[in-house]
Amino acid sequence: MMRPRSGGLRGWLPELAVLCTLIVAPIVFPHLGFSTDLLTRVLNWGLIGLGFDILFGLTGLLSFGQAAFFGVGGFVSAYLLVSHTVDSVWLALAIGTVAAGLFGLLVGWFAVRRIGIYFTMITLAFGQMAYFIENSPLSEYTGGENGIPGVPVPVLGFGANAIRISAGMPMYILFAAIFFLGYVLARRIVGSPVGAILLAIKENTGRVAMLGHNVPAYKLTAFVIAALYAGLAGGLLGSFQSYMPPDAFSLETSGQLVVQTIVGGAGTLIGPLVGAAVWLWLRDNLQLIPGFAILWKLVLGIAFIILVIGLRRGICGEIAHWWNERRNLAAARAAEAKTETIEAHNTDPITKPVAPPKDVRLTLAEPTTGDSDIALEARSLARHYGGLKAVDGVSFKVRRGSIHAVIGPNGAGKSTLFKMLLDEVSPSSGEVLLFGEKVTGVGVSRAAQLGIAKSNQLNQLFPNLSVRKNLRIAALARRRGPMRFDLLRGAGSIPDVEEQIVSILGLLNLVERADTPAHILAYGEKRRLEIGMALATSPNVLLLDEPLAGMSPAERLATCAFIRDIGRSRTVVIVEHDLDAIFELAERITVLYEGRLLADGTADEIRRNPAVQDAYLGGLHAHEPA
Amino acid sequence: MPSWPVLISQAFNGLALGTLLALVSSGLTIILGTLGVLNFAHGALFAVGAYAAFVLLQYTSSFVLAIVVGCGFMLVLGFLLERIIIRYFYDRPHEDQILVTYGVGIVLVECVRAAFGGNAQRVPVPSWGQGATQMGFLIYPTYRLQLIAIIAGLLLSLYLVLYRTSMGLVVRAGIENPGMVGILGINVRRAFLLVFAIGVVAVGLAGMLYAPVVAVTPDMGANFMAQSFVVIVLGGLGSFPGAVIGGLIAGEIISLTSAFNSSYSEVMLYALMAVLLIMRPQGLFGSEGRA
Repeated sequence: MMRPRSGGLRGWLPELAVLCTLIVAPIVFPHLGFSTDLLTRVLNWGLIGLGFDILFGLTGLLSFGQAAFFGVGGFVSAYLLVSHTVDSVWLALAIGTVAAGLFGLLVGWFAVRRIGIYFTMITLAFGQMAYFIENSPLSEYTGGENGIPGVPVPVLGFGANAIRISAGMPMYILFAAIFFLGYVLARRIVGSPVGAILLAIKENTGRVAMLGHNVPAYKLTAFVIAALYAGLAGGLLGSFQSYMPPDAFSLETSGQLVVQTIVGGAGTLIGPLVGAAVWLWLRDNLQLIPGFAILWKLVLGIAFIILVIGLRRGICGEIAHWWNERRNLAAARAAEAKTETIEAHNTDPITKPVAPPKDVRLTLAEPTTGDSDIALEARSLARHYGGLKAVDGVSFKVRRGSIHAVIGPNGAGKSTLFKMLLDEVSPSSGEVLLFGEKVTGVGVSRAAQLGIAKSNQLNQLFPNLSVRKNLRIAALARRRGPMRFDLLRGAGSIPDVEEQIVSILGLLNLVERADTPAHILAYGEKRRLEIGMALATSPNVLLLDEPLAGMSPAERLATCAFIRDIGRSRTVVIVEHDLDAIFELAERITVLYEGRLLADGTADEIRRNPAVQDAYLGGLHAHEPA
Repeated sequence: MPSWPVLISQAFNGLALGTLLALVSSGLTIILGTLGVLNFAHGALFAVGAYAAFVLLQYTSSFVLAIVVGCGFMLVLGFLLERIIIRYFYDRPHEDQILVTYGVGIVLVECVRAAFGGNAQRVPVPSWGQGATQMGFLIYPTYRLQLIAIIAGLLLSLYLVLYRTSMGLVVRAGIENPGMVGILGINVRRAFLLVFAIGVVAVGLAGMLYAPVVAVTPDMGANFMAQSFVVIVLGGLGSFPGAVIGGLIAGEIISLTSAFNSSYSEVMLYALMAVLLIMRPQGLFGSEGRA
């Protein structure tokens, strides 16, 4: 599923397979109980499914309101044709599709603000709203419960030579051609940078935002794409059966699409088509068996529950999974074995503890945000949670190109302070300036675009993506800006992004692991990838939240050397409990204690500071209340 | 501008619909709030309740007895669903929970259809609810008035269970922070079982009580479910007071709008939801940061 294209014929294998199936289908499938009309219907459902799979299978957003866009596309096209406002069926289809897309933009604008359960409820509610609007206020145009009869079929060519695409085989060919084009386009979208980011949103939405991508805009893009596909399918439905039925808008339609997608396999693009074939075949053929006429949907419902419980990947998903397992079994085993070796020996064989210092050269240039000597400045930052003052008026400056450490005992407010530096948490008062530009209040994505990146205390990776793809999501962020509609280019086709990935893979010593899924990596490797992702955005200021946490002594040494290398070319701010490492690394140290600034100075000054010693040694000097 | 009697009569209709929506939504919201599961089988369970009333009334002449037996049936159904299916989904993604409950809904509706056919059935109004009541200048069906009172009583008892018993305390604590309740050594899973069953009984009761007023069909629950989703979004996720107030607001909006122009009654409800999503996305009684 969704493998990078290796070029040549092999990359087009799915397209070829779909094309062959579409050609062979009307010859073979009638013997299995599929009439030509039934196949055309299956293709129509498959077409809505292409868009829905980008929304649900790829991005992970479960919508129960797709009928709204199917209906809008269908009724706009049908009305334009029947009222003779537009005479060309093609033009009417195009207008209907655009109308569905615009409606998708409106509904999506509300829906993508909320996640999970709320998203599903809101899409369902808007779907119902569309149904009622069609049914009453607009019934003058839509025919209300009667729908619109007499929708004409499309015509190819002009004048006497024109070919009417009549029911039966010609209609099948039209639908097959449109489905195929839709499939090729959908595959391009999945393989584009936008597709890569949408998949990352499903894996870990928070991290995508933190890297600087505009998550709501990407979700909205997926939503509108799904609406456009649904709208086109709706328009075609009217022409196909020369009647636009009002139940195109019904909740049943949305539900049927969801069930078909799960049965066929979400995330495979053709899954919804296969699911539709199963659904419609069951409906048409079980009805022929005496006594089964009203049981077909019960059978389907039970099968659906079993699929959701046990075979969540669906038919195509299970096949693709089985196929990939078989093909990649050796590689996966080798990767796991390597992880075991690293963890068993508690050392990373590919890390050389004493690496010669090297300059970190990143291909992606950092934007020049200013030439001031102060890279980052916190001005009386405070964050209060009710009565608790987690951070209480802390100010400090980080010099450009230095390694600056923030230390303090547990509960001193380091993590909260860190989160405020990139606006992950908004301060109760005070502000943060990056090269004199205000970061506070802009949001974490904008802060990342301005040039602050953070590696987290707890890994925030995309577990099912390979190391290379993890880094690509990061590197794409500032190269492409918060949002861009490059839907047709390959995700791996931006040269400087790929160079950046290669250079960071080298820095992280993860070259051999480039194609290993992140969840298989050993702990130390995951920590390095976490830092590497922050670095891959080419930040001006890199924040490291406890980069050494949980590492073995050998890994600590290697990571310290790595951080020192980074510090040669970037400004680094680091929070860490390992004081030996900090005194080794940092040029300046800020000490926090109970939310307040205790000391700020060079490593030597801090080491000799009696207040700092007291804070760390706690009760030995009993002048602090416990 | 419609006349005052029409408006007042519509206000009563709104109250009847609103209390009903409040009962349906409170079942949905306590399951959602405590178990974290959005129950897409809720509409189907509404229909199952209505059909339970339909069947039981053929065996007993007493409406009250039918309702009591029906509640027992819904309780058992709730227990079974939780034990056989729902409990395996607490640790799975929300999408899977939605999908499996949607599947349960399909199966329930199709079972009803297989047993009783797709045609509408009529459930008689109980003997004590026949006729109409004269209230000043307004004549209103007696059963609908009683319906308002009965459901108000049910909501009050649900309130007492949730806010005055130790079980209710566990449930409310579970809505706030399910993990912490488990850490405190309370058997959360048993509370979950009970909450799910109570939610099922609530929606089943709504179906039984409403059966005499409407045509009983296998698909009757779908629209109620969609409306109760709106109610939850209005009231705030997992909030019992939110479900009650939200239900009343929704009922009044639908009824009062249809006094002016009936074709906009449902549309207005969804339009209100859209407005609220912009102004106050967490709902009337919800707290920010949930879901």
